Amino acid sequence: MTTRSVTELQDLAWELRETVLQMLHSARSGHPGGSLSSAEIMSVLYFHVLNIKPEDPKWPERDRFVMSKGHGCPTLYAALAKRGFFPTEELFKLRQNGSILPGHPDMNKTPGIDMSTGSLGQGISAAVGMALGLKYQGLSSRVYALLGCGELQEGQVWEAAMAAAHYKLDNLIAIIDYNRLQIDGTNAEVMEVEPLADKWRAFGWHVQEIDGHNVQAILDSIEQAQKVQGQPAVIIARTVKGKGVSFMENQAGWHGKAPSDEELKQALAELRQRRMQQ
Amino acid sequence: MTRLANRIAYGEALVELGRRDPKVVVLDADLAKATQTDRFRQAFPERFFNAGIAEQNLMGLAAGMAATGLIPFVSTFAVFATMRGVEQFRNSIAYPNLNVKVVATHAGIENGPDGASHQSVEDLAIMRAIPNTTVIVPSDPITTKKAVEAVAQTYGPAYIRLGRAEMPFLYAEDFQFEIGKGAQLRDGYDLTIIAVGNMVEKALLAADELAKERIRARVIDLLTVKPLDEELILKAAQETRGIITVENHSILGGLGGAICELLSERYPARVLRVGLQDRFGGCGNPELLHEELGLSVDSIIAAAHRLLK
Repeated sequence: MTTRSVTELQDLAWELRETVLQMLHSARSGHPGGSLSSAEIMSVLYFHVLNIKPEDPKWPERDRFVMSKGHGCPTLYAALAKRGFFPTEELFKLRQNGSILPGHPDMNKTPGIDMSTGSLGQGISAAVGMALGLKYQGLSSRVYALLGCGELQEGQVWEAAMAAAHYKLDNLIAIIDYNRLQIDGTNAEVMEVEPLADKWRAFGWHVQEIDGHNVQAILDSIEQAQKVQGQPAVIIARTVKGKGVSFMENQAGWHGKAPSDEELKQALAELRQRRMQQ
Repeated sequence: MTRLANRIAYGEALVELGRRDPKVVVLDADLAKATQTDRFRQAFPERFFNAGIAEQNLMGLAAGMAATGLIPFVSTFAVFATMRGVEQFRNSIAYPNLNVKVVATHAGIENGPDGASHQSVEDLAIMRAIPNTTVIVPSDPITTKKAVEAVAQTYGPAYIRLGRAEMPFLYAEDFQFEIGKGAQLRDGYDLTIIAVGNMVEKALLAADELAKERIRARVIDLLTVKPLDEELILKAAQETRGIITVENHSILGGLGGAICELLSERYPARVLRVGLQDRFGGCGNPELLHEELGLSVDSIIAAAHRLLK
């Protein structure tokens, strides 16, 4: 674990956003909305919380991270490169033939990826399996999983939630990137997921609700979640899809399209301004 | 003749494996007594994980456990293992090439009284289309045990298809089972019967009947449906007048499909497929169902006559 100040972690989140938009621009496709909404969460996980070794990505005692909302992987790739799992140049080969960075995470292609994901609802099941497997092997490592809010519509998520509570997996922490938007519109329009905290509580989880762009709140909630015993913990992080770029914020249309040259220029200018003001 | 259900042999093999290797864990979806993983649960309760009636999560749990270095064996009925949880098997197990072994029971129409909803006549077609996946159909208790040991020792996703009924012992204890290798059980040069699973016994009975008419049928128990024992199949196509495939499965996409694919590219030969004729199974006594649905010894004999006509 590295120790970083709140200011540093916030600054790293802005840097991840800049990197992500440059990556998506060079890939000419990808998912900006949900990549930008999770920047603070990923910054806190990869630059403060996770006990991982970039020089030994398969270290058996490491903490695991599962990107259950697999399409949000650009932020994860940017964080892994920043942590030194692979050279930064690789980031700009995102989604290209022969690249180590496919459109959705592949544990056999990318150093530092613990689980192949992309088909929604499946990552959380694998995370529950990992938490079970680590416990059975007597390892004290923790498993962190990031889920999207649209993803919660998958029935498998609730099968996994039931199993995690049944097996009392207090080494599992799920974080929900709750930006309330999905491809066809808002959750409310497509398929409402509320009352969300009540659902997780009813499934036997320890529940916290936070502002997912507040670094201190993320740090505190994870610390709290780590102390929970005998049950899994979920952090419902309220976020803004496309956070940091005025024309992407809260726009479902920016779920899955890359910025043009002009849009990238404007977005980077806005992000840099926000970063300076921090 | 002594008979034993392959699933019982599986349960026994699991316990032996568990004794040897602490990395072997077992998952089931509330069918442990039927699939016989209950034997493992009794022996190693701390290593048995029930997913409840939730096959999608069952596959995901196994994937996650395999990602931590364990060797999960996953069991439920074939229809649920390969259809309710198939996209999870595909994306969370086969695509990342994780070391998960799915051993499904009650395949084919052997689960007679439960009816078609609990039978599986498409699983071979589905599982063999998924990359990275080995597909094995043992025919007796010995090959069941050997297959379980073989997949435990060979890294990668595997699907083992077991039935429900009691099977005769067709092999000796010292049989050398190898993934991707079939076994020629009868020699013959008039035609070849290639069968898998519970249909191997019927193929042998059919060969006995044909012998009375001086028709000498070669009988091959293919054992592994993927990868195919190409050498053995091509040799049979070259040396006999045609091939009859026999499976407790749809004639589409399973054993018959696999052999037609191979032969049409490498050595075009006549192939007749005995199996379910693109229909679901049914409800009732399993032996009578086999007769009603064209999976009997007589169906094989009739196919042989058609082939040689």
